[in-house]
Amino acid sequence: MPARWWWLPGAVSLSLILLLITGPIGALLVQVPTFTFTDLLADSYLRHVLWFSFYQAGLSTLLSLALAIPLARTLSRRRFPGRDLLVKLFGLSLVLPAILAVFGIVAVHGRQGWVNQLLMALGFEPFGYLYGLNGILLAHIFFNMPLAARILLQSLEAIPDTSWRLASQLGFRSHHLFRWLEWPAMRTALPALASLIFLLCFTSFATVMALGGGPRSTTLEVAIYQALRFDFDLPLAGGLALLQLVFCGMFLLLQHGLSRPVQAAAPGRPRPDRPDRHHLSTRLMDASVMLLCLSLFLPPLLAIVVAGINPQLWPVLLSGELWRATLSSLKIALGAGMLSVFFTLGLLSSSRYVRLHLKQTGAAALMESLGSIILVMPAVVLSTGLFILLRGLVDVFSLGTVLVLLVNALMALPYALRTLLLPMEQVARQHDRLCASLGITGLARIYRVEWPLLRKPIALALALAMMLSVGDLSAIALFGSQHLQTLPWLLYQQLGNYQMTQAAATALVLLLLSLGLFILIERVLGGKHARTR
Amino acid sequence: MKKNLLALSLPLLISSQAMAAEPTLTVYTYGSFASDWGPGPAIKKSFEAECGCQLEFVALDDGVSILNRLRLEGGDTRADLVLGLDNNLLQAAKETGLLSEHKVELDGIRLPGGWNDSVFVPFDYGYFAFIYDADKLDTPPTSFAELLERDDLSLLYQDPRTSTPGLGLLLWVQQLYAERASDIWQNLAKRTVSVTKGWSEAYGMFLEGEADLVLSYTTSPAYHIEAEQKTQYRAAGFSEGHYLQVEVAAKVKTSQQPELADRFLQFMVGPGFQQHIATGNWMYPVIDTPLPASFDKLVQPASSLSFSAEEVAEHRQAWVRQWLNSVAR
Repeated sequence: MPARWWWLPGAVSLSLILLLITGPIGALLVQVPTFTFTDLLADSYLRHVLWFSFYQAGLSTLLSLALAIPLARTLSRRRFPGRDLLVKLFGLSLVLPAILAVFGIVAVHGRQGWVNQLLMALGFEPFGYLYGLNGILLAHIFFNMPLAARILLQSLEAIPDTSWRLASQLGFRSHHLFRWLEWPAMRTALPALASLIFLLCFTSFATVMALGGGPRSTTLEVAIYQALRFDFDLPLAGGLALLQLVFCGMFLLLQHGLSRPVQAAAPGRPRPDRPDRHHLSTRLMDASVMLLCLSLFLPPLLAIVVAGINPQLWPVLLSGELWRATLSSLKIALGAGMLSVFFTLGLLSSSRYVRLHLKQTGAAALMESLGSIILVMPAVVLSTGLFILLRGLVDVFSLGTVLVLLVNALMALPYALRTLLLPMEQVARQHDRLCASLGITGLARIYRVEWPLLRKPIALALALAMMLSVGDLSAIALFGSQHLQTLPWLLYQQLGNYQMTQAAATALVLLLLSLGLFILIERVLGGKHARTR
Repeated sequence: MKKNLLALSLPLLISSQAMAAEPTLTVYTYGSFASDWGPGPAIKKSFEAECGCQLEFVALDDGVSILNRLRLEGGDTRADLVLGLDNNLLQAAKETGLLSEHKVELDGIRLPGGWNDSVFVPFDYGYFAFIYDADKLDTPPTSFAELLERDDLSLLYQDPRTSTPGLGLLLWVQQLYAERASDIWQNLAKRTVSVTKGWSEAYGMFLEGEADLVLSYTTSPAYHIEAEQKTQYRAAGFSEGHYLQVEVAAKVKTSQQPELADRFLQFMVGPGFQQHIATGNWMYPVIDTPLPASFDKLVQPASSLSFSAEEVAEHRQAWVRQWLNSVAR
């Protein structure tokens, strides 16, 4: 492309992105002209929903961190077979579709689950404890404890060897190490981590939908969906969505202010011998921490796999419903992934020009953060806005596939941007001059220079976006119908109806699909970009 | 991968084209009606045999969802008929202005309290009741009052915002306790395992042993007797009486197949449809139809309770709000 067209791809991407975001927000605002937040707060049920949203998110964050801190210490103290695999699995819980984890949790903690079967074998009465706050907390800990432990472990591993040696010479006991070495290292990461977990739990949808068990345990995110699909109350749905938008915006600002760059430890460095490894008390402590944390984390994962290798499953695997859902999931994911990458490439090829050639670093950064602005909008809010915007203009349900695809593509944008930002800039830095001097422009440049160098990160961004889309439940919950089923939605319904065998089959297919994409990422990327967060 | 996608989608394309030859009548209904174990498939078969058309059931969560979906879609709806609203929703459904009058002769209809409505045609009726498992529960509650005193009993019911049984319980409580309803809900909330979106979720959870009682119908035990030869599932008869539900269907104004829709409504009150009600939907048919022997063993309600459609329409939102506020506390 000739240089004078540098602005075109970015302008196209950015205006489409902004249109897709401001349109729904505008629709929400128009829908609720007379709505004030005092009206919302006057309703005691909505006050309860707000309170519960904060309460469960706060509690989830606290518990996840309270478990993750000792878990990270234990992992930094001990080397054991399977440790690396475990840390890898901890990363998996981030990309695992939420509804899949919910399936595992129901299989373990439900009335007929493993825990109750064990209790019964021991002669106790089975009891139900899953639905409501307990279930929500179990699921949120399942997701966030490993995430937090992984990040805290990085902080611990960044403590320099010299500090450990000094501590050894001073004869530090375990609590001294915590006080003087570990806590200072973790403390810098904690605020941003806590606010990230809080935001994830505050906007969690699939978990609360499937495990909430009624109005007592409803969060704002689910209340928006219910206002739209249960009550057909457009002003209420719009008002709640705006409220959610405001909260998320605030959390993100907070998060931004709290973030500190964490130095990662150099890979492959020999681990220092911690002076507290050999005490009996820390051994006992480590064993009990591992037991507790793994008993929360491993059984649901195992349950998904075990349910998947059940031979009763084979006939169910042939069900047409399952394969139609798989096909829709794949179609939507492929479309969403490609659209997301397309937006990202367009945006970045203009923003890198602005940064490198026009030397407008601020303007380039602004363009890139505008691309990520979707972070303030949970999928339910975006979908509600789109729904209200398009209703009356078109048949929203017959356009379901396209709308889910659009929402998914936008939701994946920040991840695609983060994946492609540095590689795109690097290519320009290293090759712009050469290309200019050789007169390589336009398609030739894309084909000979950009594509070979960017193939890997593009594939990674595509796979990431597809994986997010494959696991989405928020958009499909609003736009789905009998004619548009995706795997997460099918699984959600089967779980609701307690069709555990059918659910197991769906979970298996969903797991294979997500895992396939996850492996694709690790394969394609391998080296230093493997960490995408 | 593309090749596989094609291979997978090809049969789908072909089959949907083969279907396009005949006119399709689209009926919005609730999940359990259209499911493989519900009356839907048999009814589809016998109607298609005589109409030269395709009957398509679109399954939604539960009765109230049908109305919500209709309102969401407004004039764009693909539905020709809605089937599965009930006596409590008549007024709200009429107020959407999306339904048109039927042409069915209602003379043969046998219903407690009779039937006379220009828009809705009834297709079955029943009484809401809590179902228990006699193998696990020796002394079921014999009245609503006793249910409220029995702290040991856990229960499952449906959300009145999506489900007609859920709405039925709401009205049942309202009828029995009126201004004390809020206290009753708080009392029940302590023992509620889950409030589900639809009937099938709650009933499925009950069968899995998640709770002692589940809100369903006095006729539900017949299913277990007929289909499973199990007699331990029984309805708890309450001395205060049981709330009546009449399930109805109506024609959508914007239907592209108005003649077919009329024909279906007429078919609905004939034996071809009604014979599948007792042993398919596990409710009472609305015309004289021989009932299976298991129906003799069912609890007969002490009295039949109901509000008029206008009363429900006037108070429904306030009562649902009150329920939400009470159970969330």
